[in-house]
Amino acid sequence: MLRKIRVAAAIVFFALITLLFLYFTGSVHLWFGWMAKIQFMPALLALNLFVLAVLAVLTLLLGRVYCSVICPLGVMQDIFAWFGKRAKKNRYSYSKPKTLLRAIVLFLYGAATAAGLGTVTALLAPYSAYGRIASSLLAPVYRFGNNILAYFAERAESYAFYSTEIWLKSLPVLVVAVLTLVILAFLAWRGGRTYCNTICPVGTVLGMLAKYSWFKPVIDTSKCNGCGLCERNCKASCISSKEHSIDYSRCVACMDCVEKCRQGAISYRHAGSVSKVADNMKDNIKADGKGSEGKASSENGRRAFLAATAVLATASVAKAQEDKVDGGLAVVLDKKAPKRQGKIVPPGALSVANLEQHCTGCQLCVSACPNGVLRPSTDLMSMLQPQSSYERGFCRPECTECSDVCPAGAIRPISVEEKSSIQIGHAVWIKKNCLSVTDGVSCGKCASVCPVGAIQMVKITCDQCVMKCDENGNKRCAMIPVVNEERCIGCGACENLCPSRPFSAIYVEGHEVHKNI
Amino acid sequence: MEQNRNKDMNRRNFLKRFGFGGALSVAALYGCKGTEQVKYSPEGTESGEVPKGKMTYRSFPSLGDDKISILGYGCMRWPTMPNPEGGKDVINQESVNRLVDYAIEHGVNFFDTAPVYVQGQSEKSTGIALSRYPRESYYLSTKLSNMSNYSFEASIGMYKRSLENLQTDYIDFYLMHNLGRGGIETFEKRFIENGVLDYLLEERKKGRIRRLGWSFHGSKELFDHMMSLHEKYHWDFVLLQINYLDWKIPKGSSITAEYMYQELDKREIPIMVMEPLLGGRLAKLPDHIVGRLKQREPEKSVASWAFRFVGSHPRIMTVLSGMTYMEHLQDNVRSFAPLVPLTEDENNFLYETAKLINEYPTIPCNDCKYCMPCPYGIDIPAVLLHYNKCVNEGNVPESAQSENYRKARRAFLVGYDRAVPKVRQADHCIKCGECVKHCPQDIKIPNELGRIAHFVEKLKQNTL
Repeated sequence: MLRKIRVAAAIVFFALITLLFLYFTGSVHLWFGWMAKIQFMPALLALNLFVLAVLAVLTLLLGRVYCSVICPLGVMQDIFAWFGKRAKKNRYSYSKPKTLLRAIVLFLYGAATAAGLGTVTALLAPYSAYGRIASSLLAPVYRFGNNILAYFAERAESYAFYSTEIWLKSLPVLVVAVLTLVILAFLAWRGGRTYCNTICPVGTVLGMLAKYSWFKPVIDTSKCNGCGLCERNCKASCISSKEHSIDYSRCVACMDCVEKCRQGAISYRHAGSVSKVADNMKDNIKADGKGSEGKASSENGRRAFLAATAVLATASVAKAQEDKVDGGLAVVLDKKAPKRQGKIVPPGALSVANLEQHCTGCQLCVSACPNGVLRPSTDLMSMLQPQSSYERGFCRPECTECSDVCPAGAIRPISVEEKSSIQIGHAVWIKKNCLSVTDGVSCGKCASVCPVGAIQMVKITCDQCVMKCDENGNKRCAMIPVVNEERCIGCGACENLCPSRPFSAIYVEGHEVHKNI
Repeated sequence: MEQNRNKDMNRRNFLKRFGFGGALSVAALYGCKGTEQVKYSPEGTESGEVPKGKMTYRSFPSLGDDKISILGYGCMRWPTMPNPEGGKDVINQESVNRLVDYAIEHGVNFFDTAPVYVQGQSEKSTGIALSRYPRESYYLSTKLSNMSNYSFEASIGMYKRSLENLQTDYIDFYLMHNLGRGGIETFEKRFIENGVLDYLLEERKKGRIRRLGWSFHGSKELFDHMMSLHEKYHWDFVLLQINYLDWKIPKGSSITAEYMYQELDKREIPIMVMEPLLGGRLAKLPDHIVGRLKQREPEKSVASWAFRFVGSHPRIMTVLSGMTYMEHLQDNVRSFAPLVPLTEDENNFLYETAKLINEYPTIPCNDCKYCMPCPYGIDIPAVLLHYNKCVNEGNVPESAQSENYRKARRAFLVGYDRAVPKVRQADHCIKCGECVKHCPQDIKIPNELGRIAHFVEKLKQNTL
C-alpha cells in the first residue's frame, strides 16, 4: 500500500513537471509552476527559506521521500531501474556507503557554487539535469506531435492548435542532456540509485537529515529469516540483510522492501519503538574511488546554432530590368547574432551576476520563451544558463514568461508594466550595415518599431550621404537612426526587424546590471 | 467555391469532430446498404455531371468567323509546386495539362497568358499544354509586358520570345499590357515614340498578329485618349476589369466599368474581361452576403453570380478566369455551359449586393502578385488576403470589449502565422514603396501593411 502511494504520487509529480517543460502556451505554469519551485536546488538558490524548511521537516519526518516523489531525475531513474528489474529479478546487493566520495562531491559543489561557477552547479544539480533532458530531448518530440495536430487543425479550419518552431538552441546542452540520460539510464538500469547516493548533492544533504527521520523502514529481527530478498530488491543498495541494518542516509523511502518482505519483518514506522536499532552509521571512511560520473562537456563557447539555413540559391533577383516578372518571393537570409560585448539576460534577472548565482540551468525559461529569444549561454563559465539574443524574435513587451516560470530566483517575477521600464541593454547602430547609408533607402524601421520611442531618424550630414540631390538642387537626404541610450530598454525590436540581413544595422549590447528607468 | 464553414471550433470541438469523423466513417462502412429511398436524389446541389458541348460561344462581325468560348482560360494562376532543385516554385506541368485537357473537352477554346505571369513561367507552360492540340483549334492571347524597359529591342525581343514559348508562328490576340500607370505620357513612351506600335501594326498586316488590342487599368483621361486613337489604329478588342462591384462604383481615382463598356459598345469593339471575380474576392464573401446570394439561388455557387453578370453583357467576347483548381474550372463550366443571362431584376439585386460588399472594409487585393517579389521578402498578397479573410469571417475585432474578442484574436494571430511565415509578415515592411507602382488596383500597400502590423501588435499586446 505504502509503495503504491509512493508510485502514484511520483507519477503525478513526474508527469506534471515534465509537462512544465513541454507545454509552451504558458497555461500549465499557472497551475503547476509551484512544482518547479519546491525543487531543492532552485529553492536553495532562490533562498526560499520556507520551501527549504518544509523539505527539511518532510525529510526529518518521513525520510528521503523527496528523492522518490518530488525529484524528477529520481523518478526517471526509478523508471529505468524498473526495466532493469524486469530484465533480471533480484538484481541488487548491498554496497558499502561511499561517504568520503559523497562528502568530496558535496564540498566541491558548494565551493563551485559559492565561486560562481554556474556550469558546475548546473551540471550536478538533479532537477536541472532533468530539465535539460526534458527540454532538449522530450520537448522537441512533444512539439513535433503538436505540429502534426496543428497541421490537421489547419485543414479543419480550427484554431485549437498552432504550430511552433523547433530549433536547436544549443549543441552543448543537447550533448550534455544526451550524456546525462545515457549515463543515468545505464547506472539506474544496472544498480538503481547509484547517482543519487554518490554524486547528487541534494541526495547527500537530505541523506544527512534522513538519518534522523522519525519514520523509516525498520527490520524486525525477530521476524526476519535472513532470506535477503529485501537487500536484493533495494535500489539504493542500502540494506544489509546479514547485519539486519539499513543505511538511512541512502534510503529513499521507496517502500519496495516493505512490500517485498514475505515475513512482514520490515515496517515503515518510528525507529525508537524497536529494540535493536541497527546503527550502522559508523561512517566507515573507506575511500572507495569508484567511478565518478564525470559528464564533463567541455564544448567551448563557440556559437552553437546549427544554422539550419537551407541552401539558399543565390537568387537571380536582378538579372535584367525587363525580366521583372510577377510573383515570387525574395530570398530572406537568416539573421546571424552579432558579436556582443555584453551578455543580454532577460528582464527580472536584475544583473548578469545575479542570474549566474541563482540559476540552476534547468532550461525551464528557455523552453517557456515563446519568442525564440532565450537560449542556453555558450559561455564556458555559465554554459547552461540562459541568455538572450534577437535573431528569431525580440523580448516582446507583453511577455513575462521566463520571469513567471523561474523557480530559482535567477529571473525574478516582474509585471508587464515593470518590464517596460527595465533597461537590460541598449541599442547600438552599425553604420556600414545601415541601408540608409549604403543604399540611400529611407527606412526608419527601427525607429517605428521601438516600443519606448528611444530611436529617432535624423538627416545624415552631406559629406557622408550617398543620395544625389536632384537636378534642381533640391536636397534628398538619407536619414539615419540615433539612439537615446537613456530611454532604450534593450528589448531588441529594432535588431530583430532591421531589414539588413544577415547582420542587423542596429543591435543590442547587454548591461551587466539592469536599471529601472 | 469556398464555403464559409463554422470557424469557431474550439479545441474540444476539434477533437470531438475528429472522433465523430472516425465513428461516422465506420458507420458508413457498415450501415447504409441498399436503402431505396426514391424521393431523395443522390446528387448534391452541384449536380453531378459537368455539361459537355453546351458552352456558349460569342462571335462578332469585326472578328470574322472567330467563335470564342465565353469562358476564357486565364493563365496567370497556374498551380505551382516547390522546385525539387530548390529556388523559386515551378509550375506543375502535369496539373496544367490536365486542366487544359479538361477545359478543351468542355468547350473552352480561349487561353490568355503574358510573359510576366507566374514568375515568367506561364507562357512556356501554356505552350507545352496547348501544343498537343491542332493550332487552329484554340485561340491564343498574350501581351507585350514592356513595363520596365521600353526600348524597341527589349520590347520586340519580348514579342519574339512569346512566339517561341507558345510554340507558334502567330498570335490570335496580342495586347499592349497594363496601360494606366503613368497615363498618356507613359503610353506614348512605351509604344509610340519607340516605334513599337508601328511594328505591331505591321505584324498585324502580315497576319502574325491576328487581332491587336490592349489591357487597361487607368484613368478616364487615358481611356478617352485611347478611344480617340481608335479611328487611326482600329483596336480589334480591349481587355478590361469588369465585375459587378466596379460596374457602378468607381475604384479609386479611375472610372466605372459601365462607362468604359458603353464607350466600347458604341464603337462595336469586342471586350475581353479580366478579374470577373476580383481574384476570388467575389467568391470569398462575408457570411451574410453569401447567405443573401444563396437564398436567391441556393443551388448555384457564389462565384457563378459574378460570371453570369459579366457574361450577360452582349459586347463581352470572353470572360477570363484564372482557374488554379479543377473545382474552379468545373464550377465555371457550369456557369457558362450554357450561359443563362441575368434578368434586369437580378442585375439590380447584384448592384445592391455590391453596395453591401463595399461597406465591408476588405482591401481590394486580387492576388495578382504584380507587386511581388517585395525586395524585403514580404509576402504582400498573403498578408492582405489573410486580413480580408479575417474581415469576412468577423475576426477583426474593433476593441478588446468586442463580444468575440478572445476567439477573434486567436483566429487572427494563429491564422496569420499559418498564412505567412514570420519573416514575411507586415512588420518587416520599411515603406520603400517598390510595390505601389506595380499595383493595378491602386492599393496603398505600405500604408495597409503598416496598419495591419499595428493591428497585430495591438492584438499581441492585448491593448486593442
